[in-house]
Amino acid sequence: MITHIALFLILITSCPIFPQSIEVCKSCDFNSIKTAIANANAFDTILIKKDTYKEHNIKIEKPLTLIGKDYPIIDGELKGEIITISSDSVTVNGLSIINVGTSYTEDYAAVRVKRSKHFTLKNLILENLFFGIYLEKSNYGKIYNNKIIGHAVEEYNSGNGIQLWYSNNIEIEYNHIQYVRDGIYLEFANNCLIKNNVSTENLRYGLHFMFSNNDIYQNNTFKNNGAGVAVMFSKNIKMYNNLFKENWGTASYGMLLKEINDAEIIGNTFMENTIGINIEGSNRILYKHNNFSNNGWAIKVRGACYTNQFLENNFLYNSFDIAYNSKVNDNIFNRNYWSNYTGYDLNKDGVGDVPYRPVKLFSYIVNRTPETIILLRSLFIDVIDFSEKVSPVFTPDNLLDNNPVTKKIQW
Amino acid sequence: MLKILKYSFFDLMRSRWSYVYFAFYLLLGIILLFLNNDLSKAVITLMNVIIVLVPLIGTIFGVMYYYNSKEFTELLLAQPLKRASIFIGQYLGVALSLSMSLIFGLGIPFIFYGLLQSTAIWDFSLLLTSGTFLTFIFTALAFNIALSQDNKIKGFGYAILLWLFFAIIYDGFFLMTLILFEDYPLDKLSLVGTMLNPIDLSRTLILLKLDISALLGYTGAIFKKFFGTNFGLIISSLMMTIWVVFPVIRIIIKSRKKDF
Repeated sequence: MITHIALFLILITSCPIFPQSIEVCKSCDFNSIKTAIANANAFDTILIKKDTYKEHNIKIEKPLTLIGKDYPIIDGELKGEIITISSDSVTVNGLSIINVGTSYTEDYAAVRVKRSKHFTLKNLILENLFFGIYLEKSNYGKIYNNKIIGHAVEEYNSGNGIQLWYSNNIEIEYNHIQYVRDGIYLEFANNCLIKNNVSTENLRYGLHFMFSNNDIYQNNTFKNNGAGVAVMFSKNIKMYNNLFKENWGTASYGMLLKEINDAEIIGNTFMENTIGINIEGSNRILYKHNNFSNNGWAIKVRGACYTNQFLENNFLYNSFDIAYNSKVNDNIFNRNYWSNYTGYDLNKDGVGDVPYRPVKLFSYIVNRTPETIILLRSLFIDVIDFSEKVSPVFTPDNLLDNNPVTKKIQW
Repeated sequence: MLKILKYSFFDLMRSRWSYVYFAFYLLLGIILLFLNNDLSKAVITLMNVIIVLVPLIGTIFGVMYYYNSKEFTELLLAQPLKRASIFIGQYLGVALSLSMSLIFGLGIPFIFYGLLQSTAIWDFSLLLTSGTFLTFIFTALAFNIALSQDNKIKGFGYAILLWLFFAIIYDGFFLMTLILFEDYPLDKLSLVGTMLNPIDLSRTLILLKLDISALLGYTGAIFKKFFGTNFGLIISSLMMTIWVVFPVIRIIIKSRKKDF
């Protein structure tokens, strides 16, 4: 028995990878994070106590866990990048990182992860930043419950909150991002899950996809951004139960789709946006159970959009339900609820007996000659809209909802 | 002139039509506020009503009043009074009482609803100002028609045609012009086109004040740049004033020459 214990003790003390805990504070053995990291072994935990540490260029090159107690502040003093991770299995938790340097030649970030796997970045507060969290060819990571608050004024000299570049299988959850250029930006990032984030007041987009496939984003809130979400040149994106709100301005969108194929847009709410969804060159998309309420344009179809399906959505009190700029229609509208529908339902089966034409003549005219928008809400416009509704001449005559539901759809 | 104004005004104030008009706006205001609890939304709906109804009622009422009080006018003409003061007095009486019905009819429910604490007060006062301007403009135009046309039926016909022109037909021509010249820059043309029609002008002014202006996109931005500045505001109120002054001058000239 005694030999067993002795053996065990020898094993413990001699084994170099047994995790240790190292404390950092002004009166501890290590009073800077850099020295603590330099002296730590792989898989150690570094506990950082509450204080202000004026450090930048902190490089984490071995698997470590950094834990901040009561949000210690790491002040980069605007000198450059603050934390750079280039090892697998690193966890950074509970730090407040401020004052990232701005550069026109390098993308300084508060936390950068380079060619690593299985990292976790959570409970961070990033303020006064250029880029917030920057993932570079890193996979299988988690970005969880961070608060990123920038101070972006101009697009050209501001960075993104969370940026993914060639990074796959990342989970981004419960983050709060505001006042940056793009809240979350994905470039060549596949199989990512973006969930329960709040992205508001950003200069450009709340969430931005570029060349990223098979991603899911759900239950996020995008409020008052330049445009809520821009999805561009991507395939198989699933968009569920998000809220797009108050993206209001002369060039604002709730969602911008460009060259998107085979996506699913289900259960989202578009509220008070200038344009709810702007669609360009997007095919085989399913729009189902979405709410479009009080938007300027609920959906603006710019062209080259084929075999899309719009099923069981609610279109409530939008100035224009659909804007369409061609006479060819290959998209299906079925069983939607349109608040502007004026038909009747004689057999009381909940489906209107007269098809609904969602494209008004005026929206067609405005698409052709944008200046005519100045006649919005003129009596003359109501008159011509009515006559077009009775006998369509300019709008595609097969663009109609044959089964308009007469009551708002609940699901 | 003031005395005639007073007589016309009190005559109209006692008349049933002013009450009906007043009651209509009162009811409209109450129903609007009752149905949607949002003040700025109510302002939009009211705008739709005001830019269509106020000119219509102004024209019809003006023509009607002139023809109805023709005998009284002839009696007055026999007195040693200036012709201009008789007709201007009558005109102001009608326009003032109509404006009062409008302002009180809409103002009372909105004030009870808590307008004074709300941020919509500026939109609302703009709405009432342009409504008042429209009343003055269209009543003056109606008096012009009635003065030039002794035949009652023809007079009414022209009055309705006048309203139709400004409310609907003008926009039709405007739209056609914009589409016809779509290859050219249209900013200035659309600005001028809006300025020339008082109904369009007040509609644009109100729309630009409301949230909905973002819908107007690029064109709206240009309009906002123009109307948002003091210069634009001065120009547009000048334009409205011109629309009042010219018909009034014509009333004076016409009444001086007219053989009764």
